[in-house]
Amino acid sequence: MTALRHIEHCMGTVFSFDIRDPGVDRAAVTGAVALLHEIDARYSTYQQASVISRLGRGEITLTDCDAEVTQVLDECDRWRQRTDGWFSAYAGDALDPSGYVKGWAIQRASDLLVAAGSENHCINGGGDVQCVGRPAPTELWRVGITDPLDHCRLATVVAGSGIAVATSGSAERGAHILDPATGQSAHGDLLSLTVTGHSIVECDVYATAGFAMGAASREWFKARRISAFAVRADGSTWSTF
Amino acid sequence: VRRILLAIGGTIVGLVALLSFKSHSLAAGSPHALPSAGLSAPSSTSQTPGQGTGSSAPPAGGAARSSAAPPSSAAVSRTIAGQAIQTQYGTVQVQLQVRGTKILDVSFLQLTADDPRSQMINDQAGPILLQETLAAQNANIDTVSGATYTSEGYLQSLQSALDAAGIK
Repeated sequence: MTALRHIEHCMGTVFSFDIRDPGVDRAAVTGAVALLHEIDARYSTYQQASVISRLGRGEITLTDCDAEVTQVLDECDRWRQRTDGWFSAYAGDALDPSGYVKGWAIQRASDLLVAAGSENHCINGGGDVQCVGRPAPTELWRVGITDPLDHCRLATVVAGSGIAVATSGSAERGAHILDPATGQSAHGDLLSLTVTGHSIVECDVYATAGFAMGAASREWFKARRISAFAVRADGSTWSTF
Repeated sequence: VRRILLAIGGTIVGLVALLSFKSHSLAAGSPHALPSAGLSAPSSTSQTPGQGTGSSAPPAGGAARSSAAPPSSAAVSRTIAGQAIQTQYGTVQVQLQVRGTKILDVSFLQLTADDPRSQMINDQAGPILLQETLAAQNANIDTVSGATYTSEGYLQSLQSALDAAGIK
C-alpha cells in the first residue's frame, strides 16, 4: 500500500496524516501543516498573543480583526443555536471557540489535500478524525473508538467511506468540557461520547455538546437522527445508530 | 428468527442506500469476491465468509438471506449477503457478519464499476457501527478516535502505535 504518513505536534496535541493515493506530493502535507500552525497562532486560547486571547481580554474588538475571525465566531453562534445552547464559545469565563476551531482546522487541512489531488486520506487531530474516500478501492475506513476505561482497548469500531468521527470525554485532559448553563465542568454519567457522520466540524461540535448534556444526549441525538455512541461510567454503552 | 433476518435485511437496504457510489476506480469486469477484513468472530462459531452467497433472488420482503444453516442461536455469528444492487455505476453488494441483530463486520462481496473514471471523493458509505468489543490488537483499524490526548498522552496512545507502524 502506497501511503504518505506524517505526524505533527500542534494545538497541544498530535495530528496524524495518512494519505493513501499514490503520487500525492509531500508539499501538500507541508501546506496543510503550515495551515494548522497558522490557525493555532490565531485562535489558541493558550497563546497570549493570539487574536482570540486578545479579544477575550478586551484589548481589541471584532472591528480590529479581519473577516475570518467574525466568520469563526458567527459559526460558533450558529452551532450554539443548533445545539440548543449546549455548544458555546462562551461556556467558561473567557472566549474559547476551540471546540469549533479544531474541527474546522481538520476540515481545512483535508480540503487542502483534496485540492492537491488527494481523494483518499485520513486526518486524525488528537482523536478527532476526518476520512475522505477509502483506504483502498474495495475497503472502508475503520475507525476504532477508544475504551475510556482502558486505553489499550477499543470500545467499538465505526466503518465507512468519507466518514468523520469525533469523541469527547474527560479521559485525557481532565474535565475540560464546561456546561454553558453553569460554567462548571460537564457532569452526567458519560465517560465518553462519540459522534460520527461525514463532517468533522459537525461531529466535533455535536460530541462536545452531547458530552455536556450527559445522559439526556441519547434522546437528543436520536430525535435528530445523529449517529452517537457513548460509554457510561459503569462501562455500559449505548448508541443511536 | 424470520423477524431478525428481516430486521437485518432492513439494515442492509439502509446500508446500500447509504452507498452513494458515483463511480469506482476498480477495473470493470466480473464481480470480485472480496475477503472479509478483520474483526472476525471466534472461529468456532463463525461461518465461512462468502459461503452460499449465490445469485438467486432474495426472499420477498427482505433484501437479505442467510448464507448458512438456519440460525439456531443469537450467539452464533453468521454471514449474510445483501442483495446485489445494480446502480448506474455498477454492481454493489455488501456482506455483513452478524451475531443476533448486532453487526460485527461489513465488507464488500461484489463491487464492479462500468465507469472507468476514478472514484469520486463524495463517495460516502456508512458510518456503520460494528458492535463488538475488541482487543485492540485484533481489530484491523486505520485510525483511532478518543477524547483529545495531549502531546505526551499521544505517546501512549493506540494512534501513535498505528502511526509508528505506518511511517516506518
